[in-house]
Amino acid sequence: MAKQIFEGLKVVDFSWAAAGPQVCRELAEHGATVIRVESHNKPCPLRTFAPHKDSIPGIDRSAFYTAYNTNKYNISLDLTHPEAGEVTRRLIEWADVTGESMTPGTMAKLGLDYESCRKINPGIIYFSTTQQGNYGPHRDFQGVGHHVNALGGFCRCTGWPNSEPTMIFTAYSDYIAPWYIVIAIIGALLRRRKTGEGMHIEQAQLEAGLTFAAPHILDYTVNKRNAVRRGNRDSQISPHGIYPCNGPDRWVAIAVTNEEQWASFCHVIGNPEWTEDAKFATLNDRKQNEDELDQLVGEWTKEHTDDQIMKMMQEAGVPAGIVQTSEDLLNDPQMKHREHSRKLEHPEIGVHSYHAPAYRLSETPCDIYRAGPCLGQDNEYVYREILGFTNDEIADMLVQKVITTEGESLAASW
Amino acid sequence: MTESNSLLEGCRILDLTDEKGIFAGKVLGDFGADVIKIEKPGGDPARKIGPFYKDIEDPEKSLFWFAANTSKRGITLDIETPEGQEIFKKLAKTADIVIESFKPGYMDSIGLGYCELKEIKPDIILTSITGFGQTGPYAQYETTDLIGTAMGGLARILGDLGTAPIRMGYVSQAHFHAGIQGALGSVMAYYHRELTGEGQQVDVSMQDAVSLTLMNAVEIFELLGANLVGMGQFFISVRPEPVGILFTRMINPCKDGSVLYMFGGGAFGGTVDSSKELVKWANEEGKVLELKDFDFATQWDASNMTQEECDYYHGFMQEFVKNKTKAELYERAVKNRIMLAPCNTVEDVTNDAQLKARGFWEEVEHPELDTTITYPGAPLKMEDTPWKIQRRAPLIGEHNQEIYESLGFSAEEIEHLKTNGIV
Repeated sequence: MAKQIFEGLKVVDFSWAAAGPQVCRELAEHGATVIRVESHNKPCPLRTFAPHKDSIPGIDRSAFYTAYNTNKYNISLDLTHPEAGEVTRRLIEWADVTGESMTPGTMAKLGLDYESCRKINPGIIYFSTTQQGNYGPHRDFQGVGHHVNALGGFCRCTGWPNSEPTMIFTAYSDYIAPWYIVIAIIGALLRRRKTGEGMHIEQAQLEAGLTFAAPHILDYTVNKRNAVRRGNRDSQISPHGIYPCNGPDRWVAIAVTNEEQWASFCHVIGNPEWTEDAKFATLNDRKQNEDELDQLVGEWTKEHTDDQIMKMMQEAGVPAGIVQTSEDLLNDPQMKHREHSRKLEHPEIGVHSYHAPAYRLSETPCDIYRAGPCLGQDNEYVYREILGFTNDEIADMLVQKVITTEGESLAASW
Repeated sequence: MTESNSLLEGCRILDLTDEKGIFAGKVLGDFGADVIKIEKPGGDPARKIGPFYKDIEDPEKSLFWFAANTSKRGITLDIETPEGQEIFKKLAKTADIVIESFKPGYMDSIGLGYCELKEIKPDIILTSITGFGQTGPYAQYETTDLIGTAMGGLARILGDLGTAPIRMGYVSQAHFHAGIQGALGSVMAYYHRELTGEGQQVDVSMQDAVSLTLMNAVEIFELLGANLVGMGQFFISVRPEPVGILFTRMINPCKDGSVLYMFGGGAFGGTVDSSKELVKWANEEGKVLELKDFDFATQWDASNMTQEECDYYHGFMQEFVKNKTKAELYERAVKNRIMLAPCNTVEDVTNDAQLKARGFWEEVEHPELDTTITYPGAPLKMEDTPWKIQRRAPLIGEHNQEIYESLGFSAEEIEHLKTNGIV
């Protein structure tokens, strides 16, 4: 095995759903030892989300969950049990980093907020990530990442001019917020080496998400312009769109960014007469006659496959790409070349693909070796070997249901 | 470097990126790294990207540039000339990380590839942010934000039912994802360097970065065989035959716009409580009495429900929500933990009470425009090493003097470089 950046780093992961677990996953995939704490009474919501193996819900059957928890150990622990305190004390004492993404106030009630953890371990680095933050008038708002899509203006500004706002399917800020936290944790670790001090990192996912809206926010605060839905149009590039191709529901994206590329584009499509028309001569002309232009481009693209068009355009130096489905991504030659999808075997789900990070480190590559764990899968190892409980103590905690082994049967949420 | 107490203090970054990777240096600069943006003499092409301050097209007035270059200093340098390359090497000696977004091979071709940089500075980190990565069949492909969004799989899941795929409405999202992944990979490498003294190369692909935003779409295809395409306002539950796919409308019109809400039941406890609260509110006003005693936990079975049943229940709520404003709906949602949020405009975002109460907005001075501009603020909060916009984006060549002087150039030599078009 290659060198791992975070070898020896110890992490206790109290977070759940999508944003928090990705933070600890990133550390785990680069060598950290991560213990994910869950309970059968209140398992991670991702376990209830699709896709479940064979569409049969079950606590250890969701590939959504496994994908977000690679390389982690998992223990089952009822944090609300009066006897859980000794376990959490040992966990916090052991850890360099811990984090949570519970409803604001929950960790304080459990005696596991930053101040409490710091008393046990003054050097601990502690992150909290919630939808709207741990304080403020909307801190108790309940929502998932999709609500951030709406609150942050992502829904309202995505779509066609004459359509409704777009739901955006993905919990978008969950794919922005975690990376800021990992960067902050790394900074905090380096700082701790010099000062010995720990750190509390507090995040509102809405705020993290809005950093990606900065140009539009400035356009409003300076020019009082409210961003609007404009389909695939771009104010400085034309043609700029997604066009139908030969094949069932196949599409290609084309972006002609300058006059040289426009000439190449026209050449690729065989210089039909309309490309000579003065109304398409310059960017300004093309912008003014864009509906007609898109129509004409679309008529040409329909005659070819997405792959043909991408290759013809790219050979001529014109930016173009297939509008890929999930299936396409798994077969994409470039992503295969980069080994973006890693196959792992999960005890209940079997073998499926896991996303690797988007960056390749030449000397310390990520190592993704273990599917997200079943609930309580590592109880024996963690309670005994890492936390130092005796077999008798473990047996007692099982009887007392401090260590949970079963909960209500799990139905699917979506 | 500075006396300020910032997280990445002491980390120097040379930023050669265009708009594909420009966000990476901003992210690290706002965390306190000393980022030097290196532009071609005359200014970076990204300065031509709109929108513009008061709509005046001017390289010193691009709001895109402002937004993506906070906390950076700026110099001009022509790295295609031998003299410029020598100066770059001098700078590289002082740097921890170089970030670039040229086509793969370009840095090598001008004698500034990883091997050359390593000779000057053995523990240097070189981060390259490109559309598809440094090697592979698409490595030399031309990209834009739209192409990244398409090739990474995001465009296909957007768009309305039965219409063409679409990109995210906010500009440059694929570029920003590539940028933040570049920032992340860079600090990972920096941490390793600080611990071991070893530098390395960081190779970022925008396509990969976009594919990480797809939530569980790839897993849904792999396990259930369904490609999620163009879902518009709907959430889609992929269920096995005979029941098949279920469409749940999550975006619904209200009196003055649209709101997004989850309505239903089953295992996800939050939705059950939220739906009960929503019905309770409607009942208080004598509406939706049909669902007064509906038990969302046991009676709502999303795995077997027919589309007609789902639409029937949703119809009641849509009718109720239709006559309320975004503001009154959200106020009640916050109070009673209803999973509903308004589809805000950018204006609404800037007026949001929560963001104001948390001090999210940052006022940044632009003295040469004789104004102060409101920027989005911290992506997270840290007490002792606060995130901060260290300075507004640099003007063209703004820090030439101080940076070239720090490299030992005299005022005369700097003037000479200017005359020769090197800076």
